[in-house]
Amino acid sequence: MQAYNLSHLSELESEAIYVLREVAAQFENPVLLFSGGKDSITCAHLARKAFWPAKIPFTFMHVDTGHNFPETIEFRDYYLNKLGVNLIVASVQECIDQGLVTEEKGFNASRNALQTVALLKGVEDNKFDAAIGGARRDEEKARAKERFFSHRDDFGQWDPKNQRPELWNIFNGKKNLGESFRIFPISNWTEMDIWQYILKENIELPSLYFSHERECFIRDGVVMSIGEHVPQRPEETTEKMTIRFRTIGDMTCTGAVYSDADSLEKIIEEVASTRVTERGTRSDDKRSEAAMEDRKKQGYF
Amino acid sequence: MSKDPYLDMELLRFSTAGSVDDGKSTLIGRMLYDSKSIFEDQYEAIEKTSKKKGDEQVNLALLTDGLRAEREQGITIDVAYRYFATPKRKFIIADTPGHIQYTRNMVTGASTSNLSIILVDARKGIIEQTYRHTFISSLLGIPHVVFCINKMDLVDYDEKVFQQIKKDIEAFSSKLNVKDIHFIPISALNGDNVVNKSTKMDWYQGGTLLYLLENIHIGSDHNHIDCRFPVQYVIRPQSAEFPDYRGYAGRIAGGVFKPGDEVAALPSGFTSKIKSIDTADGELKEAFAPQSVTITLEDEIDISRGDMLVRVNNQPKINQDIDMMVCWMSDKPLIKGGKYALIHTTNEARCIIKDVKYKVNINTLHREEEDKNIGMNDIGRISIRTTKPLFFDSYQKNRNTGSLILIDEGTFETVGACMIID
Repeated sequence: MQAYNLSHLSELESEAIYVLREVAAQFENPVLLFSGGKDSITCAHLARKAFWPAKIPFTFMHVDTGHNFPETIEFRDYYLNKLGVNLIVASVQECIDQGLVTEEKGFNASRNALQTVALLKGVEDNKFDAAIGGARRDEEKARAKERFFSHRDDFGQWDPKNQRPELWNIFNGKKNLGESFRIFPISNWTEMDIWQYILKENIELPSLYFSHERECFIRDGVVMSIGEHVPQRPEETTEKMTIRFRTIGDMTCTGAVYSDADSLEKIIEEVASTRVTERGTRSDDKRSEAAMEDRKKQGYF
Repeated sequence: MSKDPYLDMELLRFSTAGSVDDGKSTLIGRMLYDSKSIFEDQYEAIEKTSKKKGDEQVNLALLTDGLRAEREQGITIDVAYRYFATPKRKFIIADTPGHIQYTRNMVTGASTSNLSIILVDARKGIIEQTYRHTFISSLLGIPHVVFCINKMDLVDYDEKVFQQIKKDIEAFSSKLNVKDIHFIPISALNGDNVVNKSTKMDWYQGGTLLYLLENIHIGSDHNHIDCRFPVQYVIRPQSAEFPDYRGYAGRIAGGVFKPGDEVAALPSGFTSKIKSIDTADGELKEAFAPQSVTITLEDEIDISRGDMLVRVNNQPKINQDIDMMVCWMSDKPLIKGGKYALIHTTNEARCIIKDVKYKVNINTLHREEEDKNIGMNDIGRISIRTTKPLFFDSYQKNRNTGSLILIDEGTFETVGACMIID
């Protein structure tokens, strides 16, 4: 007798495709949040598969802090052009210029908190009723409590103590005017699942994820890349290091890891043996125990 | 290292239920720690917190705290999902709070699980909660239930204690619909029989909890007999390359579909043959639950979201009057005669609550025919009439086509989780 079993990757893929199709069916104007990182690239890849041979029925939006790695922006434009989708950029710089937000100052200044304002403005200006994001529950403890369909009030806020129960595979996307949803199709994927899937599907990635030589310096034990937007203290000396990035965020808050992994196979081997979480290299999460929870309550995805 | 083993693991979803002090968080922490799924920065964080609180040992239970309010109050508020993997399987844990007011969370966590772990304190034996958790596992149709008799260290690892609790559980669970039951004596605190075999209970010949989780047969947990394909979305590219393509996208809810199969579309009843089962990776020779695919038919018939493709000679029930068990999830009690929106598979309708037959006392499992008020966290049997016919199976036969949710028409909150009865 034939065994009707799916591998874990096929089951996760099937679940994500189901969620993406639910979004297209239940919402009028959905947007896919695309940062150029591996998780949003995986979401874009899944969206292509979900609607093939038709085009992806979502607009793409990049919340651009202005502090991206140049490699990320280059890849974003190349990849989305190849997918043939429409890109909107929600610019943090514009929000600063318009006086909507004030920038942090100092050496550890980050535009991370400001992203929320640009994101909410982008959602409001374009009247998006659902924003799809590549957040995963294994990333962070507040995210472990997220739904696939995360209801947000008319200020875009998350109320973690009063979430809609989510049963079976039935997703309730009903809402009142002005309210919206954040949708997380890859909620159940781990960092390892993402890498295995990228390998299995042969998905293209920005070069930053692979081992390369880069001018870096050390701050509070974190390896930081030098760059236009990364102010350095006089005592922070620059050195050429062999590194790669496990996550890609702003240059100002994304740390690198020492690594020789220059292929997907080697990255998987490295991820399998690593003893530190992915977001351990992100200084934005280290600010307090509830940093992510607080940002999410304000409307972050 | 070969890449292949990683690409071909099975996925097991399980839920854990337990009360405040019976060691659920410790058990999960222990599983994650002993299977080496805890990262150094996570461990350092809980080490720091443990010291701050004055704990003697590193408190593994802290690993499962998520929200600020949970850390402050030392309780779990909402279902949290956790992940770990061994070379054999990847695991998704729905970690559900066990307090009395959180039945709704337990039901939520159980709704997607293949297996449920129920913790019993060896010193206390069966308590009300044990009935409640077992009943919910059975109600939600979880195929495998594992009773972990915990804190064996506090009863001197005594076999008699374990055997007595096992006997008591077997006695009451025989009345419930639980297909596959297991019992394991453990100490989550010391790690006995969780990941590593205990050296203190030679009388126990069975495997450890992790061994069971890695090896339990889950291949038959989906229905592969009765073909059900709820249409989710119609794919029409209208492009130069695919000018006339019309595919029905959805996730198979039951049975095995093959090209050439004769199918009927509900509710119209029109029949056609499956022309192809498409995915972005190419056509499939067969498709089964829970695969997401796109089906094309030989004939052009009118099919849209909410319709269902089934085998001509194996059809679900089609009715507007439906009996079901409901778990209520809202502060506002269920209103007899009230109207609600509902979602069943990809279909939406409205319904009226015609009757409340009884409420279940989930601590004694007795039916209460006097008090029929269904409030938050209550479970009862109700009859509804829908605005249009639904195509459904009993929940026992198929968890996908036998489940539906009720929605408040004012707030759009999900207020009821329902399991259809034959």
